[in-house]
Amino acid sequence: MTKVITDVICPFCGTLCDDVEVTVSDDGKKLLEVANACVIGTEKFLHSQSSDRVTKPRLRQEDGSWKDISYEEAADYTAKLLAKARKPLMYGWSSTNCEAQCVGNEIAEVAKACCDNTAAVCHGTTLIAVQDIGLPSCTLGEVKNRADRIIFWGCNPAHAHPRHMSRYSIFPRGFFTGKGQMSRKLVVVDPRCTDTAKMADVHLQIEQGRDYELLDAFRVALKGEWLPDVVAGIHAEKIREVADILKSGRFGIIFFGMGVTQSLSKNHNIDAAIALTKDLNEHTKYSIMPMRGHYNVTGSGEVFAWQFGFPYSVDLTRGFARYNPGDSSSIDLLLRGEIDAMFTIGSDPGAHFPISAVKQIAKVDSVCIDPHMTPTSGVSKLHVPVAFNGVETGGNCYRMDNVPIDCRKVVEPPEGMKTDLEFLTMVCDRLKKLKGVA
Amino acid sequence: MSEYIIKNGHVFDPVQGIKGDKKDICIKDGKIVDKVGSSAKVIDAKDKTVMAGAVEIHAHVAGPKVNLGRIYRPEDKLFSCTPTKGKERMGGGASIPTTFKTGYEYAKMGFAVAMEAAMPPLFSRHVHEEIRDTPIIDEGAFPVFGNNWFVLEYLKNHEIENTAAYCAWLLNVTKGYALKVVNPGGTEAWGWGLNCLTVNDPVPYFDITPAEIVKGLIEANEYLGLPHSMHIHPNNLGNPGCYETTLDTMKLAEGIKAKNKFGREQVLHLTHTQFHSYGGTNWGDFESKAKEVTDYVNKNKNITIDTGNVTLDETTTMTADGPFEHHLTGLNHLKWANVDVELETAAGVVPYIYSPSISVCAIQWAIGLEIALMMKDPMRCYITTDHPNAGPFTRYPRVYKWLMSEKARKQQIESFKHKDKVLSQTAIGTLDREISLYELAQMTRAGPAKSLGLAAMCGGLKPGMDADVAIYNINPDKPVANPDDIEKAFSRCAAFFKSGVQVVNNGEIVSNGNKRTLWVNVKAKENPQVARDINEKFVKYYSITQANYEALGHHFVPNPYAIEVDATQV
Repeated sequence: MTKVITDVICPFCGTLCDDVEVTVSDDGKKLLEVANACVIGTEKFLHSQSSDRVTKPRLRQEDGSWKDISYEEAADYTAKLLAKARKPLMYGWSSTNCEAQCVGNEIAEVAKACCDNTAAVCHGTTLIAVQDIGLPSCTLGEVKNRADRIIFWGCNPAHAHPRHMSRYSIFPRGFFTGKGQMSRKLVVVDPRCTDTAKMADVHLQIEQGRDYELLDAFRVALKGEWLPDVVAGIHAEKIREVADILKSGRFGIIFFGMGVTQSLSKNHNIDAAIALTKDLNEHTKYSIMPMRGHYNVTGSGEVFAWQFGFPYSVDLTRGFARYNPGDSSSIDLLLRGEIDAMFTIGSDPGAHFPISAVKQIAKVDSVCIDPHMTPTSGVSKLHVPVAFNGVETGGNCYRMDNVPIDCRKVVEPPEGMKTDLEFLTMVCDRLKKLKGVA
Repeated sequence: MSEYIIKNGHVFDPVQGIKGDKKDICIKDGKIVDKVGSSAKVIDAKDKTVMAGAVEIHAHVAGPKVNLGRIYRPEDKLFSCTPTKGKERMGGGASIPTTFKTGYEYAKMGFAVAMEAAMPPLFSRHVHEEIRDTPIIDEGAFPVFGNNWFVLEYLKNHEIENTAAYCAWLLNVTKGYALKVVNPGGTEAWGWGLNCLTVNDPVPYFDITPAEIVKGLIEANEYLGLPHSMHIHPNNLGNPGCYETTLDTMKLAEGIKAKNKFGREQVLHLTHTQFHSYGGTNWGDFESKAKEVTDYVNKNKNITIDTGNVTLDETTTMTADGPFEHHLTGLNHLKWANVDVELETAAGVVPYIYSPSISVCAIQWAIGLEIALMMKDPMRCYITTDHPNAGPFTRYPRVYKWLMSEKARKQQIESFKHKDKVLSQTAIGTLDREISLYELAQMTRAGPAKSLGLAAMCGGLKPGMDADVAIYNINPDKPVANPDDIEKAFSRCAAFFKSGVQVVNNGEIVSNGNKRTLWVNVKAKENPQVARDINEKFVKYYSITQANYEALGHHFVPNPYAIEVDATQV
């Protein structure tokens, strides 16, 4: 006999779908089938069952080989590494739960570390823009129930957030949007003809890197002022036509992604996008929302903020929290060679940081806490595999609209495996002893 | 647990009617007791003032909009960071301190309880995570109901029983404390960029008026017999002439009597009254209507209020009154954040600078003080700053100074750029009342505790109550030489005991105490219709499933203190 567990939360992307159904074996040890999740989410659940999974911490030997060690030894190693370091970097946090993040912050405080999450290479620029100009936003249910104008700008949910469109933004029939897709106009701004763009009522195939100009042009068009014939590759008439579409909605939302946050102009693009949203609120109701990537990157920002006051790139080395992206952000710290120990959890900088920064990681003492074998675990001295959060252990996570959802445990982890929270607690206790903190 | 005896202090306790007499206070097992053994630790409070732990009835200290404020205001941390120190975790932030700093600052001023004033139900887990990380003080959170679709639909047909059943369910699943109402109907209208500015403006689509929502929720609250009353931030906040809406709102409570077993007497708590007591037609002829509002409250015993004192600081405004924050950003052009929450509510955040050089801000300052000074019964008027809206809670000692010293008020008025306008538009210059220490204990301890239905537990020093005891460096036998001494004394306790544990000594944190989350566990009659409606709304309109809605588990509420309400026999 098998059991079906319903209302399971998918620990993959910021959409944080919570209607997944998972079939497990009677003894709760094997995960057999996944229903309702997208193909990426399904793969994440099933990957926990793979036979080649690392189940014991591994320490790199001088000859480059790995030696299996116990969790106790791994925790000792990690605590000593953090105790000894003058400026450790504790990076990641986006694929683990908030409870683990809280313990991680306690460790960081004792170790006087630099703390950062994956916003550093993702929506950190968004956060800077929000600090400049604010953020009129809403929850995804508001979009489902009210929105009749949807703009995807520099993002491709068809591939990156596969169920976003069916759950929240385009297809669902909500309270005031009973006709579903028929009651919505979809505008996609993307230099590529993506699968999302193919579904759009209007696809503005913008010149690459010209987002700021086009956003500003919309603001001009809303005010009915003069526009040049072509802006960012789009004709003025088209811009005015789309501005009228935006203005004529009852409730609209701009979703934006890495196409604007990490391309030319970075945070200034988002400044302009938020300013456009504010302007649209003079005509009707508008919101704007970043398409956050990792399933709990938002949560990491929230925990950092309520404990330290800043959402990412926090530097605790002076004994109190400082925030200065560009100075206290991970890649910059690594490139300047200031980091003497690297602690990675719940993310993969080895795959996403510039190679020059990854080389710095390889140079220093390092630990990587991750259930998977990743490029980061490959360059780290110690790899601590842990239970899959959201599959083999529960814990709170925040969706891209900041809605907290408590993940569920659906199967037992392989015998003897620790969770992030358990391992971090071991490290925290040891570090406090080493540092003589009560 | 240790035993303590606090000797020789001047005790102010409205619960027992003690007005500064010297009396020993004994603590054992976390409670106040009649006597303790000879091994009890003696605390000498000679020439000092002893009061119960203070009770905060309305502050925004935990949850999504507070954290949004932290995230989007790095500037608030400039010059306000505190390093790790002994038992203290590091902290930061002036108007929106981090959770650790929030707990420590409250404790250092002698606060034992604080209520988070607006919890969006969908975000209850977030609120509880922050409450968990706020050390020492007991906290509860008020879920917001005034724009909730269930409530709007039930009350359109005046279905009190269904509304009550829904409220009971929501309090249970969100681990909430009381029924909060913010801009009833107006915040739902804000879903379309609209607002309700009077109690008779119909809510778009739902076709119900704010008056019907308010009256219905008062009735539902009394139907259930909850510890606290309906707690309201009325329509039309912050606009010249808004006092009329405030009076219209309060009139809705006329003739309704409190029904509960907690000793609460009011059926409506009007919060941050200062923001709702404005006359005039524009910012030029802006004036105080504190007298009209307090006259009404003085006459009607079934209402309690808190002040919402402006402290003349740079701060961060945040409220579930979404349309108001949009209006405010139009006034001051500072950065605007907004979050609309599906089926339930909305919130906005805008920084604000209450400058003493701006006449409107100075008049707001005066109105807040007028309200406290014009209220005849201190047991029905509580001091708040609507933290952080009118000013950060860390400024309470300064507000106490202004209330307790006419000299301090005069000094402040003298320093205003538009002094004459403040005096002509308000009555602050004519008020010579000075709040006594006993009255202060009523306004910050016994009063709010009674209003919250916690009178048996906190706000007093009667044997059997929780041993929350604050000792201040004030000698009531000596006249206050300098009003600033009042501020100084209330800023940092000489000692503070929370539930029998000494958490503050000489203004420093010595223990992280044993924090609790207060919530109200209502047992209500089974109501299949409401259960079906809840199920339907989750299937069709919420973006999460019903099974993933409840704030359940140790990591959200590790140390719960449930107040039981049995409404099955109603």
